Amino acid sequence: MKTQTETHTQPVEQKLRTGADLFVQSLVEEKVDTVFGYPGGAVLPIYDALYRADAPFQHILCRHEQGLIHAAEGYARVTGKPGVVIATSGPGATNLITGITDAMMDSLPVVVFTGQVSTAVIGSDAFQEADVIGLTTPITKHNYQVTDIKDLPRITREAFHIATTGRPGPVVVDIPKNIAQEITDKTFDTSFHLPGYQPTVKPNPLQIRRLAEALAKAKKPVLLAGAGVHFADASEELKAFAEKFELPVTTTLLGLGSFPGGHEQALGMAGMHGSYSANMAIYEADLLINIGARFDDRLTGAIQHFAPEAAVAHIDIDPAEIGKNIETKIPVVGDAKEALTALLDIDIECTDHSSWSEETMNNKKEYPFWFERSDDLISPQWLIESVHRETDGHAIVTTDVGQHQMWAAQFYQFNSPHKWVTSGGLGTMGFGLPAAIGAQLGRPEETVVAIVGDGGFQMTMQEMAVVKQHNLPIKVIIVNNEALGMVRQWQEKFYEERYSASLMTENPDFIKLAEGFGVKGIRVSKETDVPSVIKEVFQHDGPVLVDARVQKLDKVFPMVAPGKGNHEMIGVKQCEE
Amino acid sequence: MRRIITATVQNSSGVLNRITGMLSKRAFNIESITVGTTEIEGISKMTFVVEIPDANKIEQLTKQLNKQIDVLKVNDITEKAIVQRELALIKVGSTSASRAEIQGVIEPFRARVLDVSRDSLVIEVTGKPDKIEALIDLLHPYGIKDMTRTGVTAFPRGKQPRQVQEFTLSV
Repeated sequence: MKTQTETHTQPVEQKLRTGADLFVQSLVEEKVDTVFGYPGGAVLPIYDALYRADAPFQHILCRHEQGLIHAAEGYARVTGKPGVVIATSGPGATNLITGITDAMMDSLPVVVFTGQVSTAVIGSDAFQEADVIGLTTPITKHNYQVTDIKDLPRITREAFHIATTGRPGPVVVDIPKNIAQEITDKTFDTSFHLPGYQPTVKPNPLQIRRLAEALAKAKKPVLLAGAGVHFADASEELKAFAEKFELPVTTTLLGLGSFPGGHEQALGMAGMHGSYSANMAIYEADLLINIGARFDDRLTGAIQHFAPEAAVAHIDIDPAEIGKNIETKIPVVGDAKEALTALLDIDIECTDHSSWSEETMNNKKEYPFWFERSDDLISPQWLIESVHRETDGHAIVTTDVGQHQMWAAQFYQFNSPHKWVTSGGLGTMGFGLPAAIGAQLGRPEETVVAIVGDGGFQMTMQEMAVVKQHNLPIKVIIVNNEALGMVRQWQEKFYEERYSASLMTENPDFIKLAEGFGVKGIRVSKETDVPSVIKEVFQHDGPVLVDARVQKLDKVFPMVAPGKGNHEMIGVKQCEE
Repeated sequence: MRRIITATVQNSSGVLNRITGMLSKRAFNIESITVGTTEIEGISKMTFVVEIPDANKIEQLTKQLNKQIDVLKVNDITEKAIVQRELALIKVGSTSASRAEIQGVIEPFRARVLDVSRDSLVIEVTGKPDKIEALIDLLHPYGIKDMTRTGVTAFPRGKQPRQVQEFTLSV
């Protein structure tokens, strides 16, 4: 069949172009400013096209493909723009798998281009061949293999469209080498039609009306804000909504910063290591309005005890999230910003719930996050508080996964959106450093702090080379307790102190390591030294790596033990004042 | 609950893999799948028979199917007035003596013999799955040597009774 997409209006002088040239052109048309890539055999035509083209975007060579994809995620998280990745076939592609899954779990717009062996040898177990479509189908929002050069420009556009609209997510485009090499003198139609993909952005007015009616009647309403608020850029609306109806606001881990942490109505993060006041508010609420959170099990705890008294309203752009984990009485399918705007436009006379607000605020005052200071060893929580003080809560903070991540969530108060970059759904170690690289490249004017553990840092520490190469002024703070701290915490609490393979007693000398990368390294091991060191770190005009030796056995509290309800938190302390 | 669900999909490469992968990832137990092209070029239709423990899960299944970029339309037609058919080919042991007897057994099922050899018959039967089950039961004593079933394909009848209890989604 003759394709109808070919146009015949090419000027005669049009140069012959390769598929790779078309691809680079597509990136330019998508206004890409940063590409995270790693060359290899199958993408050599693309790299050659990049070399020849005067492309208006920078190319960042991370040192491992896992670094590429986490950097792209960090970039996407703080800019709202898609993170773009290029990797080669086979091992290049498989090294991305963790990050693609991470982007899927946390709904990050990432567009991944993988090289593939030539179409003639696909399926023959050729050198560096891997079934990228098979591998990435369960972990992508969508994926494509380009089998005809005429489809390449259109597929690229579709990939960007799908990754960034509706509920964002990763899209993979697999480009066989011969397609990238193929020469054409044609221009191909890039218009697309995706009848099966029409996300509902504007919520149904009836659903909004039902929510408003429920809110008017509620005696104990609570808002729960998730990452969807960030994606919809709905922080302003969220604040206006919460203030208008005097609603206590809790957030998920990824929702931190969507509502100002210092706001008087903020109860902070809910869930396994959330605040007592947030968890109790949800436990006692009669109306829980979830905006863009997916009711992850780390948030809900045992679901039979999650918001047991509440009618649950759930605003989400992905209808499949509504009712998936928690029975939902009032579903609202749509974008958070649109939904909140619509809710703000409705006149609602609320039942007086001032005593409820007072009760939740009292809990917040009486049961804050706590830790014990020591005069000698560094308390990790205080270390993070010090970083918060020094940066006035305005830094972009990236983390790995584990104790330091939870302490950062608890003790770094996020007052504005798009500042908190962490691997929530997948819980990926090694995320923090490369994510910081992506975040710093995306927001060069901001202060970026990577708070990492000694375990996670060692998974992707080779990316320090990128920090140095681009002189990114990232402050890497290793919360070093010589252990996989969260693993050890669980072994202590739930496995009778059998510390199986969780102690990292043979860590490298991180200072020498930093110096090896050409980065300033500072070790701090005494509590009293922390303020001056932190000051020095943020005054230094360039990257710094801090090896902070913290108290080894500190635990993240409060905590909901696995299988327990959020109202059964352990490690809650009443304020002594 | 045994549900019959149809999905109209774009005929792009890997679409079946994508959908079955999604179902297995979400722990849905697929009893059968049939796929074929439709009257519209580039559009295929799938019929799934799925065993699902509860109503919530059914909603989740249809929503997750709908979420796939290639999926145009999803219908849970279990409660509707539907036409459903399955085809089975059954090779059954036979001798010249039993041949006529088997012929007698299959006749009420409107099944027919497609192939005859010295010691076996190949029988074709179409119908609802329970009819096919019934025939298989009857043929068992003769020794079933080989069997293949297509799984159910189905769609709603032209006219629906007025009081159809439709399965409604909360969204």
